[in-house]
Amino acid sequence: MAALVRFNLIARPQFVAALQPSVQIRLQSTQAPPPGTPPPQLKTKFGPLSDEDRIFTNLYGRHDWRLRGAQKRGDWYKTKEIVLKGPDWIINEIKTSGLRGRGGAGFPSGMKWSFMNKPGDGRPKYLVVNADEGEPGTCKDREIMRHDPHKLVEGCLIAGRAMGAQAAYIYIRGEFYNEASNMQLAIAEAYQAGLIGKDACGTGYDFDVFMHRGAGAYICGEETALIESLEGKQGKPRLKPPFPADVGLFGCPTTVTNVETVAVAPTICRRGGNWFASFGRTRNSGTKLFNISGHVNTPCTVEEEMSIPLKELIERHCGGVIGGWDNLLGVIPGGSSTPIIPKKVCDDVIMDFDGLIAAQTSLGTAAIIVMDKSTDVIKAIARLISFYKHESCGQCTPCREGIGWMNKIMTRFVQGDAQPAEIDMLWEISKQIEGHTICALGDGAAWPVQGLIRHFRPEIEKRMQQHALHTKRASN
Amino acid sequence: MIRAPLVKALGALGSPTHQIASRAVRTSAVVAQTPAKAPEKIEVFVDDIPVKVLPGTTVLQAAAEIGVEIPRFCYHERLAVAGNCRMCLVEVEKSPKPVAACAMPVMKGWRIKTNSDLTRKAREGVMEFLLMNHPLDCPICDQGGECDLQDQAMAFGSDRSRFTDINYTGKRAVEDKDIGPLVKTVMTRCIHCTRCVRFASEIAGVDDLGTTGRGNDMQIGTYVEKLFLTELSGNVIDLCPVGALTNKPYSFVARPWEIRKVSSIDVLDAVGSNIVVSTRTNEVLRILPRENEDVNEEWLADKSRFACDGLKRQRLIAPMVRMPNGELQSVEWEGALIAVAKAVRNANGQVAGVAGQLADVEAMVALKDLVNRLGGENLVTEQDFIKGSGIDVRSSYLLNSTIAGLETADAVLLVGTNPRYEAPLINTRLRKAYVHNELQIASIGPNIDLSYQHENLGADASLIKDVCSGSHAFSKVLEGAKKPAIIIGADLLARPDGAAIHATISEYCQKLKKPDWNAFNVLHNSASQVGAFDVGYQPGLQRALQGQPKVLFLLNADSGKLTRDQLPKDCFVVYIGSHGDNGASIADAVLPGAAYTEKQAIYVNTEGRAQQTLPGVSPPGMAREDWKILRALSEIVGKPLAYDTLDELRSRLDDIAPHLTRLGELVPASNSDASAQTTPNKSISGGAIDVKLKELRDYFMTDAISRASPTMAKCISAVNKQQRQNEEAKQSAAI
Repeated sequence: MAALVRFNLIARPQFVAALQPSVQIRLQSTQAPPPGTPPPQLKTKFGPLSDEDRIFTNLYGRHDWRLRGAQKRGDWYKTKEIVLKGPDWIINEIKTSGLRGRGGAGFPSGMKWSFMNKPGDGRPKYLVVNADEGEPGTCKDREIMRHDPHKLVEGCLIAGRAMGAQAAYIYIRGEFYNEASNMQLAIAEAYQAGLIGKDACGTGYDFDVFMHRGAGAYICGEETALIESLEGKQGKPRLKPPFPADVGLFGCPTTVTNVETVAVAPTICRRGGNWFASFGRTRNSGTKLFNISGHVNTPCTVEEEMSIPLKELIERHCGGVIGGWDNLLGVIPGGSSTPIIPKKVCDDVIMDFDGLIAAQTSLGTAAIIVMDKSTDVIKAIARLISFYKHESCGQCTPCREGIGWMNKIMTRFVQGDAQPAEIDMLWEISKQIEGHTICALGDGAAWPVQGLIRHFRPEIEKRMQQHALHTKRASN
Repeated sequence: MIRAPLVKALGALGSPTHQIASRAVRTSAVVAQTPAKAPEKIEVFVDDIPVKVLPGTTVLQAAAEIGVEIPRFCYHERLAVAGNCRMCLVEVEKSPKPVAACAMPVMKGWRIKTNSDLTRKAREGVMEFLLMNHPLDCPICDQGGECDLQDQAMAFGSDRSRFTDINYTGKRAVEDKDIGPLVKTVMTRCIHCTRCVRFASEIAGVDDLGTTGRGNDMQIGTYVEKLFLTELSGNVIDLCPVGALTNKPYSFVARPWEIRKVSSIDVLDAVGSNIVVSTRTNEVLRILPRENEDVNEEWLADKSRFACDGLKRQRLIAPMVRMPNGELQSVEWEGALIAVAKAVRNANGQVAGVAGQLADVEAMVALKDLVNRLGGENLVTEQDFIKGSGIDVRSSYLLNSTIAGLETADAVLLVGTNPRYEAPLINTRLRKAYVHNELQIASIGPNIDLSYQHENLGADASLIKDVCSGSHAFSKVLEGAKKPAIIIGADLLARPDGAAIHATISEYCQKLKKPDWNAFNVLHNSASQVGAFDVGYQPGLQRALQGQPKVLFLLNADSGKLTRDQLPKDCFVVYIGSHGDNGASIADAVLPGAAYTEKQAIYVNTEGRAQQTLPGVSPPGMAREDWKILRALSEIVGKPLAYDTLDELRSRLDDIAPHLTRLGELVPASNSDASAQTTPNKSISGGAIDVKLKELRDYFMTDAISRASPTMAKCISAVNKQQRQNEEAKQSAAI
């Protein structure tokens, strides 16, 4: 669900991307960049990431995840100094790093955190960590929470300090039992070591971290539904505006961020924003956890440089597609809500925000679902729609009624029991849902259908012909 | 379901409609409120027409200011914004997506397009989705003809359906719920706008309704199988934009285009709610609320709405005279009037009159004039009040803070009253102030559920003295308040020490007085009471009985307080009224009168607002308008009254009290001379204060009309049934 946060805010980077490169260079050369501007990217080849540049050094749980082990790997190192440098310095480093939200929408994190530093009105501020990782295909946050929980706890303190929050709430998906256990232990260890709590790390800053287990609704990964759920109500998204930065948890200014975004913050602060910005293309900088599942030889979660080509990512880390690259049918590049791309697009697509938008899809949570030619792609998408139908909160009309309808149509498409004209109708229905709902779940349900129709229309039509032929024969 | 903090924040931006109803948020709301320093208006363009609005105004409100109506289902002016139907989506220039007009505050310079292609397409899409699972059973739906969905589908929908799945899996079907004898549910028709849920939790203060399930399986319901029992339940019928919640007693009775609508006034409590009486072929079919910001907003209490079937039962349709064998026998008008006239002539001036709960001002004046001409002086109301000179000053028996004014109060003390059941629509005002205005409420009397939190100070009458002497903790609250109010129940003042209570509180209220604000309030429970005092009736039956009347006129006096034993043996009782109830059963002559839906008559509500009913149907059988009966009687007695038409009678009213004929207006009672009252030497005697209507079951039958109503009887048995079930559940849980 984390992929469904504020997609409308992507517009700005897209607009900048549309500028001519020469114009951009001129812009940069004529005026001194304001503080917090990422350095220009000079590299042209991205990936593979070298081991010393990995942030998540215990991704596979081969080492001790507890406090002592984490400290050995460099966590909680000079945290006091970072906290004492103050919010402006931290936010500046994050801005310099060019970090964009890892939950799916890719909103620049430095800017988002700076929204919280408006003059206060006496209300407390909160950091809410969205650990309700429910997007099908995505399994990056759970790896962090079970194998590197201290990265998240430390990240909470630093991100919390950056926005002046007095507490962090980690809203963890209910199904993540072991992850929640490890997380809770890590929080307890941090409290006992004086790293968080009253006078955190001896900085004089009081900061609490709480964990709350959800009950397994996908919609609770939407930031305002998450806040509602945290407040003890039904997890139904709120209308925006007001945004959580104005009125969030318990009516107070709140920032909801993804686990990965928070967990990389300490390392960025320690190694510098410029270091982080040196990975990936401009505006897509940093390293990223990719989850590759589906028809690959060795499915895995791996930290890689942004802007790495999809083909290289799959071949280097996953042992390639089952049956070879030519056996590839298509890829869902960013979790279930992003549109599928066929093989010919996969051949040279670059795995970053702008690269995938250019391919009419989205980076989302970078959960790559690979499908080879044995896949019934219509059935695969139909299954996703049935998931969205089940997870729609039912609050607003287009999502409640529209996804149910799409599900009905898709179920028939799997059999081919439909008329070709209904493909256009389905497209229109998906367009009637997209952008008309309170939250982004409606969009997330519409996109897989749109991707399917965009790239696999002949497949659908073929099945309808077969079905028509079959029923004709049966009736004769 | 109510997005309290969110909506409150919008409210803090200055929008009047964004308000919430959650206790939890009341505290945070205080913090969230920013000091509003005369915000500057911003200019936006609605369909290229410039309009200046306050910051925080929503797109929908901005459009409404220049008369552009944006379609909506879930949005309602008096409820929190839900923004879930998406019907109000409009295009805003430079915004990539259409915005929900009901929830989106306008920004400077926005160009809103309420009729562009994008807007129309968005509406059509939403409409298609709404109709996708909505059964097209309009021909058998009671909402047909007055259905928002029907109207808007015509205006904004597509002209054909492309729901091809109707041939495969079909539409959604939802089981109906039994939520009581008043509201019929056809849940398949529900479009999940959640207006009913929001009404229940915000206005009625009953969190019984809610949503369960997710996505397409979402249902509106009561969570567990139970009845939606509140004194305001009927309003969800009006709020429901489709036929999911309809009027159960009215189901399958009539179509909106067949009925005639008459604007009138409700008289079943002292609020004077404005109503529309729907009639067909001389029959009252249903009663709906009519909007009046000063009185009932747009709500109506259940008794006022559903007791109208009592107008068809227990009616007196012919004059009756008690025969020597003790039976009442139907006679012609002539015979009845002559029989009464004979008794009157023999009475030698020992004539008295009692006005009951439903008596109108015209009839009361006619009765008073008649009795006075006959030499009688004793004209009383059935409802008791304080003895002595207390009612000489008008402000001493009115709800001086006014009904709408109570909404602005910030500290209220309820003394011996349960506004929730005595005047449900005044209670909604108090609840509104409690939710939005940080109103602090305390009560003296039994601890009852008022649908909002209040502090029960105790039941002992001596507490009144404590509060009014300033020694009680709540006195500080009242004295520190900008607009304090003390509301006294009318029944409390009927106590022997009522006058002392009245004087003590009224004296204290002089201290609480603010410019343009009178803290002293009496909450009456009968529609006739204020009018009766205005035209010079005295409270209490005792006074009428003391005169040993030979002839006693009962004008709609049905409360059952008067029995034959209290009267002299030779007293001839004349009952004038509409229903065969307590009054008629002790009468020697019964003269059938008209009910409030059958006459043009003035009633004065508890705040002193004179309003008139209009006849929707004609009185049944030989029944006549009450004042005409008295006029005819005066002719036969030989002391004809000086008016032959309603206009002439109204000008007589004008002579007595000019405010009575200024219909709909509120003439404030001057409270300057109220202090002139002498404090009676009697003191408050102490003892527990009680109220009559404590629970919902007490609410339904309080007068002749509601006692005759089968629907009200069903309500009482439903409440009893629910309580029995609750007790059984409790017992089985204990085992």
